[in-house]
Amino acid sequence: MVTTNLAWNVEAAHAIIDRYRDQEGPMLPLLHALQHEFGYVPREAEPVIAAALNLTRAEVHGVISFYHDFRREPAGRHILKLCRAEACQSMGSEANARHLLDMLGLDWGETTRDGRLTVEPVFCLGLCATAPSALLDGEPIGRTDAAILETLAREAA
Amino acid sequence: MKIFIPQDMASVAVGADRVAVAVEMEARARNIPVTIVRNGSRGLFWLEPLVEVATASGRIGYGPVNADDVASLFEQRFFDGGPHPKCIGPVEQIPFLAKQTRFTFARAGVIDPLSLDDYRRHGGYQGLEAALSIGPTAIVAAVKDSGLRGRGGAGFPTGIKWETVARTPSARKYIVCNADEGDSGTFADRLIMEADPFMLIEGMTIAGIAVGATKGYVYVRSEYPFAIRVMEQAIDTARRAGMLGNAISGSTHAFDIEVRVGAGAYVCGEETSLLESLEGKRGQVRAKPPLPAIKGLFGQPTVINNTISLASVPFILAEGAQRYAEIGYGRSRGTMPVQLAGNVKHGGLFECAFGVTLGELINDIGGGTASGRPVRAVQAGGPLGAYFPPALFDTPYDYEAFAKRDGLIGHGGLVVFDDTADMAKLARFAMEFCAHESCGKCTPCRIGATRGVEVFDKMIAGIDRDKNLALVRDLCETMKFGSLCALGGFTPYPVLSALNHFPEDFAAPPLPLAAE
Repeated sequence: MVTTNLAWNVEAAHAIIDRYRDQEGPMLPLLHALQHEFGYVPREAEPVIAAALNLTRAEVHGVISFYHDFRREPAGRHILKLCRAEACQSMGSEANARHLLDMLGLDWGETTRDGRLTVEPVFCLGLCATAPSALLDGEPIGRTDAAILETLAREAA
Repeated sequence: MKIFIPQDMASVAVGADRVAVAVEMEARARNIPVTIVRNGSRGLFWLEPLVEVATASGRIGYGPVNADDVASLFEQRFFDGGPHPKCIGPVEQIPFLAKQTRFTFARAGVIDPLSLDDYRRHGGYQGLEAALSIGPTAIVAAVKDSGLRGRGGAGFPTGIKWETVARTPSARKYIVCNADEGDSGTFADRLIMEADPFMLIEGMTIAGIAVGATKGYVYVRSEYPFAIRVMEQAIDTARRAGMLGNAISGSTHAFDIEVRVGAGAYVCGEETSLLESLEGKRGQVRAKPPLPAIKGLFGQPTVINNTISLASVPFILAEGAQRYAEIGYGRSRGTMPVQLAGNVKHGGLFECAFGVTLGELINDIGGGTASGRPVRAVQAGGPLGAYFPPALFDTPYDYEAFAKRDGLIGHGGLVVFDDTADMAKLARFAMEFCAHESCGKCTPCRIGATRGVEVFDKMIAGIDRDKNLALVRDLCETMKFGSLCALGGFTPYPVLSALNHFPEDFAAPPLPLAAE
């Protein structure tokens, strides 16, 4: 499954913000929706959100930068999240991840040069009895090993 | 004939969807009428995907099933409970399940999570019925009498929290369910939401009636897409059936629930940080007092409870506080869904009365490591929990007994490590994780964790080992007593337990042999 995102445009952003602005505590639902639409939360969105919610741009920036989920740059076409938490570590996740990152020439959070794949860390998917765990474009994968990760990375086209 | 194939995130992660498709296709090809029910997992994850069939003599299980097994399963008439190498017999008789006391997880894996009828047929909404008949004051009394304590880890009596909110006058009050289950090794909240979501809705509704709140939020972490989807569907179903809305079950009580999704911040599992996040702010911890029960979400009186705590309430109301309180150990009453995870042979959810020993859980129930190597350490209670060596396996599973051994039960997770574990690396990771997740509000956590990583790096590299060891202990002292919340305050648990119980991993490596 390849995620296709809309390019940034202020009209689409306004439409999303209008959908949430009257909720109690609209900020997080709104940011999730913006990221869902554009694939990241563009900097251009900050003043638009600030104006709509009657906040300063600094406050909006502060919220976006606080949460690990919100991306400031577009990601690759596929996003592979690898769990780095203790339960997965106990089953060898760190060595598997290192193998994959080395193979792709990436560090955590980076995207392959062809824009195909982003590899991100995640701290626990709650799949701790079928470790090590991964999430490829939102699909969970349990009992992974270095070979499985390699296959996932190669097949994500 | 009815075939059960789980649809929770862990079962899907190991191929349950592929199995379901294969069963459907095979049944069609053989012209055999089957009804596939996508249940939640029973929590026996080493057997997932676990396919069950309803027979005259109860449910028969097959697992772990691959899509490749499906043709032979049909060949062997598994739909009639026929023999097969993957057959594990009557599911309820599997020792791992038979030994449990399932109060809260009685329906998990048994029912169709999104069928309200199924829920009612298995005892659902009896707690709410009782709650409506006895009224708010008696509900709070029942929860107090049950001895239920916060299952998020703090162990604060749930009934006292409710009483405080009930007694605080306000036109608007909230029920907030903390489903930001970030601890590695835990999945009980996820299983509640994916396998029995109406139970959580019922528990929150009872809480709302008890304290006079009309609005509830379930704050689910974004790493749980399946739980988010199931909860939203279940809330919608409950609303359409009149079990949420302006007249709960035809009564004069109004209550509604909304799902809110976190954004990858571990610290938002801390209750005040969660409230900040719900309000749309940075998830920074608030100083207490004021307590959330008095000034919580949007400044209003708020019950904020862990998912397991709220999900335990329907049983308590339906069966009576006494039934819950009569089992347990010391001041830990009722049951705890212990989650066996990591390098363990039989990983899964084991709900039992408090008091069972750590060793029984790891060796007898869990079957030791998955790798077959000796157990070296068990991290109890998530990333902020202590590492226990096998020498402490006689510790009874109880809030106070764990505290006495400088540990905590936390949210019930147990992560098993075999003898290849490097405790210095794990201790360093605890500091690294704290640095990664610190909200930044207080200095001991924000600066301390980063300094902790640096000191460990020096120590591991062999630089001034003794001096740096002393420094780490000193730093832990500062973090433990100077931090605003459990993130900075409890990071010393894994660090110090690793230092104290596994000193050999921090000792200087043997000197290299002199070159010829």
